[in-house]
Amino acid sequence: MDNTVLLGVWLAVGLTLFMYSFLYKDNVFFRFGEHVYLGISIGYIIVRVIFNNFINDLYKPLVEDRDYILIIPALMGLALYTRFFTRIAWVSRVIFAFIVGFGAGLGIPRTIAGGIFKQLEGVLMPLAAIKDGFFFNADGNFTLVNINSLIIIVGITSVLVYFFFSVEHKGVVKSVSRVGIYFVMIAFGASFGYTVMGRMSLLIGRCYDLIEFSSPKYYYASIVLLIMLILVFIIYEVVIKKGEVLKTNE
Amino acid sequence: MPWFRILFLGLISLLGFNNDIFAQNTLVSPQDFTAFDTPNDAGGSVSLTWRVVPENNKPEVPYLILAATAPDGPWFEQTTLVNLKSDYPQYFGLSASNKLWSYCEITDFKQSLTDDNPKPITATTYFKLAVTDGSKTLGFSSVVSAMHQGNWFDASKINILIFVVIFSFVIMFFISLARKNPDLFIRRIPGLDAIEEAIGRATEMGKPILYLNGLDGMGSLSTIAATSILGKVARKVANYDSQIKVPCRDPIVMSVCQEVVREAYLEAGRPDAYNQDNIFFITDDQFAYAAAVDGLMVRHKPAANLYMGYYYAESLLLAETGAAIGAIQIAGTDSITQLPFFITTCDYTLMGEELYAASAYLSREPLQTGSLKGQDFTKGLIILILILGSLASTAGITFLVNLFKTF
Repeated sequence: MDNTVLLGVWLAVGLTLFMYSFLYKDNVFFRFGEHVYLGISIGYIIVRVIFNNFINDLYKPLVEDRDYILIIPALMGLALYTRFFTRIAWVSRVIFAFIVGFGAGLGIPRTIAGGIFKQLEGVLMPLAAIKDGFFFNADGNFTLVNINSLIIIVGITSVLVYFFFSVEHKGVVKSVSRVGIYFVMIAFGASFGYTVMGRMSLLIGRCYDLIEFSSPKYYYASIVLLIMLILVFIIYEVVIKKGEVLKTNE
Repeated sequence: MPWFRILFLGLISLLGFNNDIFAQNTLVSPQDFTAFDTPNDAGGSVSLTWRVVPENNKPEVPYLILAATAPDGPWFEQTTLVNLKSDYPQYFGLSASNKLWSYCEITDFKQSLTDDNPKPITATTYFKLAVTDGSKTLGFSSVVSAMHQGNWFDASKINILIFVVIFSFVIMFFISLARKNPDLFIRRIPGLDAIEEAIGRATEMGKPILYLNGLDGMGSLSTIAATSILGKVARKVANYDSQIKVPCRDPIVMSVCQEVVREAYLEAGRPDAYNQDNIFFITDDQFAYAAAVDGLMVRHKPAANLYMGYYYAESLLLAETGAAIGAIQIAGTDSITQLPFFITTCDYTLMGEELYAASAYLSREPLQTGSLKGQDFTKGLIILILILGSLASTAGITFLVNLFKTF
């Protein structure tokens, strides 16, 4: 096997176990893993920003394609740094205002379209079949064509009442909002179970990797590193910490 | 004749339903064929419409669209179409008369039906439509031409614009009302009352308060709400002479938070106590950020953790660690998928819109109070629309449903 692959496997197993060691308690291995992770992510961001944003989005179009309109966003970006100079720090606030305003302007229509209109479109459904002025089906039996529609309407109405802030939750409003909170909790319960199942599959995936890397092909990477980690913890807890306690008592 | 056209027409013959029809000569030439720039789009396509003729509108009757760069040709076959859908509300609205028209959208110019490398349309293009009977063309339409262009205004979204305008006027009305009467009623939000308790506890214990703004940037409404709440929290912290730490995932959010906290300390009359280093950037990598904040929690052991803003999969990692160190935890997010995790691990949780209401509740500023009242009014309006719309829909009236259609 290629040595670089083997090195990668041992690093992956080591860092995985370091991060899992947090389950025991905060320790030097977790801190090492945390700082390595943080350092790599920062380094990656810097490289990504330089190449993707600065070179590909700004430098190349500006210099090679002579797309001079890009000078405006570039200057706006640079203006953010004026906050380091007290006398002209107000310039950065103008740019921040632009960023916040742009975000709100972009977000509001999208929220109304997706969060209100799309929802209403899906909810405004016939509650029942009407025949000869009554809710009956072809066989003459009472029917609600879409019982889901009724449940959804009751659910949405009661949840909206819960989120009314202009009225005190007393009397009828309290009862309706209580129904609303039941709907919310049922939805959260379902979402919770669904997400936990997703997390379990992630854990299983990681465990599969650790099991695979414990094979002779990888020189028992998972087993060796796990034993080493446990030994270090035992030595620290039993020998060093006990010694420190004795020293303090003396 | 291209081989697959022969195959296509041969298949129709094999299926055995073309000969009778064409023998009877019931097909008619295309009528009122028109070409125009596709409305409400960013450019790049031309639309063709022609009147639906019941005799032609059958699965076995293929239309053939031909295109040319000059009015007298040469003509190139673009596509064959059968049994066309006649309405396209995104472009042509919901009028019942739209169903009287067949519709086709052309984005590329082909040299032949089998051209695998079609070129985008870049100049005025001429079109004509043919109805074929499998072996010969029965009739051609007149020649029409069009060129595409981008549209500044998307008329299919006019209902959203109207709603935004009405909503804005309602909000402005309530803001003016709140200016006249600053004591407009807002119901108590339990989670917010707990913030003061948490700050007090942190002060007594001599430990810091950890405030997170979520993982989104300043473009997110929940981050804006979170920074607004941060201002109120920071002011209380300054008054109590406690300490607040704000680790950020976004450099711009960090800068905004520094400004907000600085302003809060100034308002509290404690500018000397403000420490810019307590509002710091960690990384924009989601789980590296979570790992760093977890480490921060176990090392600094904050007495209170406030999670405001939008969160993703890291929410449980953060809140579980916070619970493990025994901190009072108050969360506020509109991230529906993460709310269950905060509810199970935090002492108080502001759900969804409560996050936005929190800011108004804390500040009692007319701008925010009026905005909250306006939102309540709109919620009432939506409940009304919901009930009336469902009843109307049950009675077969689709007006309200169509009013809220989005494309």
